[in-house]
Amino acid sequence: MSSSEIYDVAIIGGGVIGCCIARTLSKYDLKICLLEKEADISMGTTKGNSGVVHAGYAADRKYLKRDLCIRGNKLYTQAAKELNFPFKRIGSFVVAVEPEQIKKLEEERKKGIEDGVLGLELIFDKKKILEMEPNLTDDVEAVLHAPSAGIASPYEMTFALAENAAMNGVKFFRNHEVIKINHSDYTFFVTTKRKEIKSRNLINCAGLYSAKVSKMLGLDYFNIEPRKGEYILFDRNEIQLRKILFPIPTKVSKGILVCPTFHGNSFAGPNAQNIFDLEDTSTTTAGLKEILEGAQKLVRNLPVRASIRNFAGLRAVPNKEDFIIDNTDIYGFINVAGILSPGLTSCYAIAERVEEFLRLLGVQLKEKEDYNPIRPKPERLADFSKEELDKKIEENPAWGRIICRCETVPEAEIINAIHAPVGATTVDGIKFRCRPGMGRCQGGFCRPKVMKILSRELNRPYQAITKKGEDSNYLIAKTKDIRLKKIRKMEHKEIAEGVKEG
Amino acid sequence: MNTYETDVAIIGGGAAGLAAAIEVKKANFEPLIIERARELGGILLQCIHAGFGLTEFNEELTGPEYAQRFINEVRKLGISYKTDTMVLEITPNRKVYAVNKNEGVIQISAKAVILAMGCRERTRGNINIPGFRPAGVFTAGQAQRFVNIEGYLPGKSIVILGSGDIGMIMARRLTWEGCKVNAVVEILPFVSGLIRNQVQCLEDYNIPLITGFTVTKIHGKDRLKGVTVSKVDRNFDRIVGTERFFECDALLLSVGLIPENELTRQMGAEMTKMGGPAVDNNLETSIEGVFACGNVLQVHDLVDLVSAESKRAGNNAVEYIKSRYKKELKKVSKIHCTAGENVNYVKPDYINASDLNKQVIFTFRVKQPDRRVQIQIKDEANKVLYKRKKRYVIPSEMVELKLNLENLEINPTCSELTIDVIPKPEPLIDEEEDE
Repeated sequence: MSSSEIYDVAIIGGGVIGCCIARTLSKYDLKICLLEKEADISMGTTKGNSGVVHAGYAADRKYLKRDLCIRGNKLYTQAAKELNFPFKRIGSFVVAVEPEQIKKLEEERKKGIEDGVLGLELIFDKKKILEMEPNLTDDVEAVLHAPSAGIASPYEMTFALAENAAMNGVKFFRNHEVIKINHSDYTFFVTTKRKEIKSRNLINCAGLYSAKVSKMLGLDYFNIEPRKGEYILFDRNEIQLRKILFPIPTKVSKGILVCPTFHGNSFAGPNAQNIFDLEDTSTTTAGLKEILEGAQKLVRNLPVRASIRNFAGLRAVPNKEDFIIDNTDIYGFINVAGILSPGLTSCYAIAERVEEFLRLLGVQLKEKEDYNPIRPKPERLADFSKEELDKKIEENPAWGRIICRCETVPEAEIINAIHAPVGATTVDGIKFRCRPGMGRCQGGFCRPKVMKILSRELNRPYQAITKKGEDSNYLIAKTKDIRLKKIRKMEHKEIAEGVKEG
Repeated sequence: MNTYETDVAIIGGGAAGLAAAIEVKKANFEPLIIERARELGGILLQCIHAGFGLTEFNEELTGPEYAQRFINEVRKLGISYKTDTMVLEITPNRKVYAVNKNEGVIQISAKAVILAMGCRERTRGNINIPGFRPAGVFTAGQAQRFVNIEGYLPGKSIVILGSGDIGMIMARRLTWEGCKVNAVVEILPFVSGLIRNQVQCLEDYNIPLITGFTVTKIHGKDRLKGVTVSKVDRNFDRIVGTERFFECDALLLSVGLIPENELTRQMGAEMTKMGGPAVDNNLETSIEGVFACGNVLQVHDLVDLVSAESKRAGNNAVEYIKSRYKKELKKVSKIHCTAGENVNYVKPDYINASDLNKQVIFTFRVKQPDRRVQIQIKDEANKVLYKRKKRYVIPSEMVELKLNLENLEINPTCSELTIDVIPKPEPLIDEEEDE
């Protein structure tokens, strides 16, 4: 596309919401692009998401997000089938540890069933509860079991959405931070750090920065503040959970949960801490302590010493109670902001809503003939039998070179992740797509190898390979560089002094 | 699928695997070494400093030189090995499944297996350091690889957390490269690596060592900008108000090593809380015919001790094969060896009651440094069977006790032996009893 061409839809923000909308719209005959400020998609709030696909009973009835969550949950089944991202419905427990909490569970169950949440049940039989989840605390009085709750890998789902969108023609521009937006004649002129983009319609999914983007167009009707959530991840060798475990929720959050990831490790978190800095994803001593204490109330044998990572994500908290999904006063500009929990669950329903908005705006939504909703499942060594793997290696020896020993990732998976649509360009990009560095050694052994593969496949110098984009290089110089520089400086000085003396 | 048969499959071609293989071959049995890296030698290849081989060869060698002596021997003896080959699974009946580029999946049926996979480094996540997660936080061994093998520097201005040996060696190595090492920060009140490294790597280069402190925050969103260190109390919790900020662009972690036992665990072998498999006095794990040696069993302080231990494992594997085919194996009762006062762990974990006439090498580490101590072994009735004086003990040095069990007069019905390191009851007169 030449630079003067005009997109039908430009999406700002490559998190799960932006990518989900991009993929949903990619079935239509539209020119679509997505702008992401980071070096990779899925690296903001999405990356720090728990990955819990909620059953839907948690939000209050007066809010849109309750409906979107219940609808969104149901849409996951088909989405997972089409996009082949890691997702399974393992069910969740809301855990009552005091008799007076049971009433609360009963209320939730009633309302949930009325609203169409499937299979909700209260379980009092302690023996049965502990059979279903042996790691649960002995203090358990009752649980509210929601079998339709599930876990997804939020970043892998987002990569899948982006890949499928790109397969269907959506252009992805990473490292394109939006700095200015003008509009005239029903056209938006979006200036990014790298280039200007023109589009008829503009969808703001900028997460933490969505209020800032909205203000670029003079729409100053909401605000976003970050709420930090910290997590600790535990080695799957030490604890394996079967269910998502929630405490009784509080006003500000669903509380510190203990939950298995799709890949079998478990995490505890998140806590909830209101902060001001939109970039402050640091974990804190107090926060990590709070998480451990919270988690120990739910799980009897938390392997405190077997943590493999701590991390934090920021929720984009709006100064309104509900999601902000608006066809704004500016024709063609749609805000999708303040998507807190259950945002991940709701994303497919949110995208449907945006689709409807575009229809209302008169955008012609004509289905493409060659639309392909299927994003092929990335080939994984773990899914192969020994015989299949043997055959695979015969076809392509890169399947036989194991790069990550903790998660058993062969070179071929890494190469595929680099050359996939919207592929990985950074070490973190590889890590979140196919897991080298996710395991217990945290890249201690495989990082130099991953960097070499990136360097070779992207044709970039080894030293230029970064963790997550600009300014995050691992290596700062070649050996002897610093020494030689010092020696040269000394020589210059000697020559200069020699000249003076001479 | 290519299938192989061998007498002893040796998992890992580092210091441990090489020494074990040589012993097996010398006894006229066939070993097969499987190494995941491209070359034999393991982590020794990146340890280009000297200090290896003082007991094994009676001279001071660098890591690659030390490894090369064994590799030469392996080549001379014509021992088979496969590099760039990763073991995926070992079954309890000693079938090893591995994978490499050229052959695909291979299956090796072995009469005995020696586990020699070594160890890995503890990471930032293991010790839960709070803060950001920028580029610039490395384990010391990874930084060592970048500098010594890849030829790149991880930073210019360095802070090292933990006074493990690799950390101290990297402090010196990076100083030689012109980097500024601001401090080595150690949470314990004492250095956790060898004294010789403290002297030769830190003191000789005026690198500050700060004990009783730890890193309590990592700064910098993309690339490391600095670290906050704080003093800790007895429970290792930070003391508020003692924070100091160090500007740096690289943080190296030398905070301990963990035996790498994923395959061992997967086989279903009994594991100990220190991370290694439980073994008997023949270094045999709870799975028959599967032996363990080197850092996969216990983290050693000196590679020379790894070699010695692994030779024993090699010989024991051979003895196992011989006796198995003479059908001499019977179930025997086991005496449990446990860590008592000021002892962190003891190897072996069991002694076969049928081996009470043999020599056994006990190895262990203490929890706390101490001077003028008595090492004692007692049975479950608290009867002291053995005692020895020692001038000092420190956690960084592995203690080795070579004992003839006959002399201990262990009661045949004994079920447990405990090793204690206790303050010496009487004043130290006869210093010659010390090593």
